[in-house]
Amino acid sequence: MTQWTLDPETRTTEPASLPKMRGENVNVFYGTKQALFDVNLAVPEHQVTALIGPSGCGKSTFLRCLNRMNDTIDIARVEGEITLDGRSIYDPKIDVVELRAQVGMAFQKPNPFPKSIFENVAYGPTIHGRASAKADLEQIVVDSLRKAGLYEEVKERLHEPGTGLSGGQQQRLCIARAIAVAPEVILMDEPCSALDPIATAKIEELIDELRENFTIVIVTHSMQQAARVSQRTAFFHLGVLVEEGPTSEIFTSPNDKRTQDYVTGRFG
Amino acid sequence: MIEPTTTTRAAARIDWNSGTARSLRKKRYAADRRLRFYGIAAISIAVLLLGILLTSLVSTGYLAFVQTHVTMDVAIDPEQVPVDNPAEGNYRAIVADAVQRLFPDIDGRSELRNAVGIVTNGAQVMLRNQVISDPSLIGKTFSIQVPVSDPYDQLYKDVIDRDLPENRRRLNDEQIALFETLEDRGLIEAKANWALLFNADSRFPELAGLAGAIVGSFYALLLCFVISFPVGIAAAIYLEEFAPKNRWTDLIEVNINNLAAVPSIIFGLLGLAVFIQVFGLPRSAPLVGGLVLALMTLPTIIIVTRNSLKAVPPSIREAALGIGASRHEVILHHLLPLAIPGILTGTIIGMAQALGETAPLLLIGMNAFLTSPPGGIMEPATSLPTQIFIWADSPERGFVSRTSAAILVLLGFLILMNAIAIYLRSKLERKW
Repeated sequence: MTQWTLDPETRTTEPASLPKMRGENVNVFYGTKQALFDVNLAVPEHQVTALIGPSGCGKSTFLRCLNRMNDTIDIARVEGEITLDGRSIYDPKIDVVELRAQVGMAFQKPNPFPKSIFENVAYGPTIHGRASAKADLEQIVVDSLRKAGLYEEVKERLHEPGTGLSGGQQQRLCIARAIAVAPEVILMDEPCSALDPIATAKIEELIDELRENFTIVIVTHSMQQAARVSQRTAFFHLGVLVEEGPTSEIFTSPNDKRTQDYVTGRFG
Repeated sequence: MIEPTTTTRAAARIDWNSGTARSLRKKRYAADRRLRFYGIAAISIAVLLLGILLTSLVSTGYLAFVQTHVTMDVAIDPEQVPVDNPAEGNYRAIVADAVQRLFPDIDGRSELRNAVGIVTNGAQVMLRNQVISDPSLIGKTFSIQVPVSDPYDQLYKDVIDRDLPENRRRLNDEQIALFETLEDRGLIEAKANWALLFNADSRFPELAGLAGAIVGSFYALLLCFVISFPVGIAAAIYLEEFAPKNRWTDLIEVNINNLAAVPSIIFGLLGLAVFIQVFGLPRSAPLVGGLVLALMTLPTIIIVTRNSLKAVPPSIREAALGIGASRHEVILHHLLPLAIPGILTGTIIGMAQALGETAPLLLIGMNAFLTSPPGGIMEPATSLPTQIFIWADSPERGFVSRTSAAILVLLGFLILMNAIAIYLRSKLERKW
């Protein structure tokens, strides 16, 4: 190892493809407490970017800035610039409803609406006016379920409650629900933390397939998962983006001591 | 109890059979049993008191659900009742004649007055209404059943003791003898007292009923619901979903919670001072009653709605926001449908409370004496609790049992409303 490894500016390698989203000097405050410090991160298109780090490191906070879910928290304040395709998403002219249609989200705990499977997926397209005719809507629902790898399992019971599915199926239903509004980016906040290993494997497989059509940002506690599904990895620690780069490099030859300690399991 | 040193040593290996361990265990079991006993004792006391209340109500009230009637023949003489104008007839004389015919062998004026006193004062009105609705009865003789007046009703129900000395009885020997001859001839019969539900109030217990009070309460409650339900939900949605958290909203919240605890008579004063004095709305009207009850129910509905909205899992809100639902879509499509069972249950319980509310209605004059049910929300009316209040204040013997009976009717409506609340809750509650 050479001496340049300690300089954060030179370490960051620019991603190969064009950045879909980019955060510049992002600072987030909850009341007086600062949760993120000057985060600069680019999310390349059609790749999976994993955000890793110990609990409370700010990775979920950063993820929630990307579709302005932090807006719903009264005391949260976001500074800096976050862009989607070069347009600032915190611009007052941006409609947050449209933004969230473009940047979909899946949550830690599967949270289908207490409605039928069909209604769950159809809800987004309906409110965004994506389908005018009933047949169009049905087509979108079937397509979305298929892309989420759920269609074959539920095609006989589309009108039964979505809450009756297993945990893994519910999570894929939530992903189908997000896909149905045709987003460009999908954010996933620890999507497998409530699932068993088999359901987790299915979701990971799905994430890999979704990469073709969507840009994905995933927060995960599991380093193995980050290693398996992502092309790029960003390591957060105490609100600071410590290191970011191609997943293989982060896991095999991290530049920062903290990253190395974390990925080798010495803390976190 | 145990020394720190022993704890550290015991951490290695605890002797669960030692004397201290055993006595500690015994103590804990005893505490469990005591707690359970307190609970059972408290519930027993509550059930006992409720039982006493219901028993006393039923034991005095059941008498009011039957009414003693006498059968007599009436002859509608065309000379007394003009065919072209049956409303003008001298029905008082016709009833007197009919009573005279029941007792052919009495002739003294005072005796006859006693005999006429057996039949209710309302008999002439009942007869008049019957003839007006069917004028072909004029010139005919037919038998009718009319209530006996209250003292005789009480006599027949054995509330008046025939063995008491004459001067301590409501009826003298002569009156009792007259009534007993009717009993012997089989003309006296106790029948279900539908008048209790379908008649309006009256000075005479045998004719008094709750129809006016039920209609009045219905109008007032309807108005209370129509105002407080939408306003309450809208206020709760704003406070819960839109309002910024600052000193003003805190103040509003504290005041709403306080309003729920304000004595109801204060609301009555407000109704009197504002709705009647300032706005000039009619006194005693269900309109004012409903407005006052709506003000009282509003805080309850706001609090219940806010709690129901808070109880919706945040994950549902996030899910909706996450796919780009706007605020009103999140609220109307997701939060309200999940909150509605709780809101409805709370609302119905609030309504039941309003139904039983007496003090504010007394202040706005809904304790008027009215012999016909109100025709609308602007007409004077009474309500069930104020009617109970009026009857409880009346000296006639018959009102004692009628008061209890009216309370039972009110309780019946309350139970019905609570049953609806339970039904709606189980019907609308969704699982997730």
